[in-house]
Amino acid sequence: MAKILMKGNEAIAEGAIRAGCKAFFGYPITPQNEIPAYMAQHLPEHEGVFLQAESEVAAINMVYGAAGAGARVMTSSSSPGISLKAEGMSYIAGAELPCVIVNIVRCGPGLGGIHPAQGDYFQAVKGGGHGDYRLIVLTPGSVQEMADMAREAFYLAEKWNNPVMIMGDGILGQMMEPVEFANGPLPPVDKPWATTGAVGRPRNLINTLDIMPESFEKKNFALTEKYQRISEAEMQWEATNTEDADLVIAAYGIVARVAKTALQMARDRGLKVGLIRPKTVFPFPNPPFESAASRNIPLLVVELSAGQMVEDVRLAVNGRVPVHFQNRMGGMVPGPQEILDRILELMDQGGGQL
Amino acid sequence: MKTVFQRPRALTDKPFHYCPGCTHGIIHRLVAEAIDDHDIIENTVGVASVGCSVFAYEYLNCDMQQSAHGRAPAVATGIKRVLPDRMVFTYQGDGDLASIGIGEIIHAAARSENITVIFVNNAIYGMTSGQMAPTSLLGQKTATSPLGRCVETNGYPIRMSEMLATLPGASYIARVSTHDAKHVLQAKKAIFKAFDVQKKQQGFAMVEVLSTCPVNWGMEPNEALTWVKDNMVPYYPLGELRTPAKEGELNA
Ligand SMILES: Cc1ncc(C[n+]2csc(CCOP(=O)(O)OP(=O)(O)O)c2C)c(N)n1
Ligand code: SF4
Repeated sequence: MAKILMKGNEAIAEGAIRAGCKAFFGYPITPQNEIPAYMAQHLPEHEGVFLQAESEVAAINMVYGAAGAGARVMTSSSSPGISLKAEGMSYIAGAELPCVIVNIVRCGPGLGGIHPAQGDYFQAVKGGGHGDYRLIVLTPGSVQEMADMAREAFYLAEKWNNPVMIMGDGILGQMMEPVEFANGPLPPVDKPWATTGAVGRPRNLINTLDIMPESFEKKNFALTEKYQRISEAEMQWEATNTEDADLVIAAYGIVARVAKTALQMARDRGLKVGLIRPKTVFPFPNPPFESAASRNIPLLVVELSAGQMVEDVRLAVNGRVPVHFQNRMGGMVPGPQEILDRILELMDQGGGQL
Repeated sequence: MKTVFQRPRALTDKPFHYCPGCTHGIIHRLVAEAIDDHDIIENTVGVASVGCSVFAYEYLNCDMQQSAHGRAPAVATGIKRVLPDRMVFTYQGDGDLASIGIGEIIHAAARSENITVIFVNNAIYGMTSGQMAPTSLLGQKTATSPLGRCVETNGYPIRMSEMLATLPGASYIARVSTHDAKHVLQAKKAIFKAFDVQKKQQGFAMVEVLSTCPVNWGMEPNEALTWVKDNMVPYYPLGELRTPAKEGELNA
C-alpha cells in the first residue's frame, strides 16, 4: 500500500479506525485536537460513533459504558484531561474492560503549557487513579508507530481486557511523516461478558464494587497475577548499537529520536554509544537493561521530566551500574548536541569505565 | 387460583438491604414493573449509581453496569450510543445526580440522550450517613448542617426537574412521590411513560421520585412519609413538567 503523509495525531486516529474502533468520546485540549477532529469526520463513514463529551470525566465514563456494552472504543486527551479521567480509568481497569486512551502529553504541573513533555510517566505507569491497577502503556517514537500502536493498543486491550494507553507528545502528534496502514480491522473478539441485553443467557453485570474483603482480595490478587502475565508477555523495546557499547542511552518517544542522532554523532567520533528505546513502559522492558548491567555498561537516561522513567531503569539495573540522568522540562527539548555534550562529559570523565 | 400479586420478573429474589421505611425498595419495584409491562427485560441495560442504591444491580434483573459517583448518565450515553436499539436507564440519588453529577445529567438532557433516568430525591446523602444534599430543604438538619440548612452558608435547594425542563432536549420530565398509595400509583404511571418515551425514541426522559430516608432524617417510617408530604411536596411540586413534542415536531 502507498504511504500517506500524515500528522502523528491523525495517524493514531486513522490507525484506530482501521483497527475497527467504533466509538470515540473526547473533550478538546491541545495538543491532541487533531484526533477528535479526525474522528468526527471519519468515524461516521465507518458506522462509528463520535461524540464530543462535556468534560474528560464524562468522556471516560462514556468509554466505560461503551466498552462494557462490547464496543471497540477510545478516548484521547492531554495531561490535565488525563488527570480528570483518573477515576474512570481505575473503574475500567477494575471492571477489566478493553479500551484505548491516548495521552498526547504536555508540560505541567497545573495548566502548564502546550509544549511537549514526559512528566506524566508516573501517572501512566504507576497509577494515576486510585487502587491497585495497571494500564498497558505504549510509547510510540514516530508517526508510523503512532499508526501501528493504535492498532496494537486495541489488540492488547482485547487480549487482556485492560485499558491501554498510548503516550505520545506534542511533537510526535504534530509532525508529519509518511505512514503505511495495516489492512483490515482486527478480527472480532468474543465478549460474553458485555451488557448487550440478556437474550438467551443469564444477565451480565459490570461492576467494581465488592464490600467483602475476603472476595475483594481475591480480585486484587487475580488482577496482580494478570499484570504479571502482561509483564512477561508484552514488553517491547528497540535496542540500537547496544552490543559493543561503552555507554547506553535510555529514552522513549521524541527524546529517543534526538538521542539516536546524538548516538550517531558519538559513533562518528569513534565513541561506542548505544540506545535502548522502551516501546512499552508498562510493562517496563527490563531485559535490555539487565543485559547492559550484566556487561557493566553504564546508562544515561534522558527525559523531558524531573526524572521519572529513570526510577524504573534504576530498578532494572538494581545498583549494578551507574545510571546517569539528563533532562529538559517545561516544554524544552534537548538537541542532539546537548546530549552529545553529556555523552562526551561522561565518557571523558570515566575514562571508558564511567 | 388466579395470581393477583407476584414479584415482577425484572426483580431478583434477593431481599432488599434498605432500612425499614426506606422507599428505595418501592421505587425499585416500580422500575421492575415498568420493565415487565413494556416486556423489555432482555433488551434493557441498567446503570446503577453510587449511593444507597449502588446495589440496584443486585435487585434489578437485567444487564447492569455500576457507574462512578454522578457519572451514570455518561455511562448510559456510552451504552446507548453503541447499542441504540437497547433500552438504557439510570437509577440515581440526589447527591449523585444533583451534586457531583449535575454536569452529566444536564448534558445528557441537553443532547436529548434517548435514555430514561430515575432520580430518587430523598433530600439527603443516605449512604454516607446523612450529610446535606443539594436538595436538602432550608432548615433541614443534617450531619453537615447541624443547625439546619441556611441560605447564608448553603444557598438554596436545587429543583432539578424545573431546571432540566428548561432544556429543549428534555422530552419528558415528571416529579412524583411515594408518600402514599395514590402517589405510588402515579409514580408507576410516570415511570412507565419515561420508558415509553425512550421506546418511541423521543429523547431524554427523567422521573424525579420524592423518597424517604427515615434513618438519616431521624424519623419513624410513618413520620418520614408525612414529612415528604408536608415539607418536600410544597417545595418540589408534583406533576409532569414536560411531555414529548408531537411526532415530527421538535421540542420547544
Ligand atoms: C467520587 C466519590 N465521591 C464520594 C463518594 C462517597 N459517596 C458515596 S454515596 C454518596 C452520596 C450518595 O447520596 P445520594 O446520591 O443522595 O444517594 P442516597 O444514598 O441518598 O440514596 C457519596 C458522597 C464516592 N463513592 N465517590
Ligand atoms: S440510609 Fe436512607 S436512603 Fe439509605 S437505605 Fe437507609 S433509609 Fe434508605
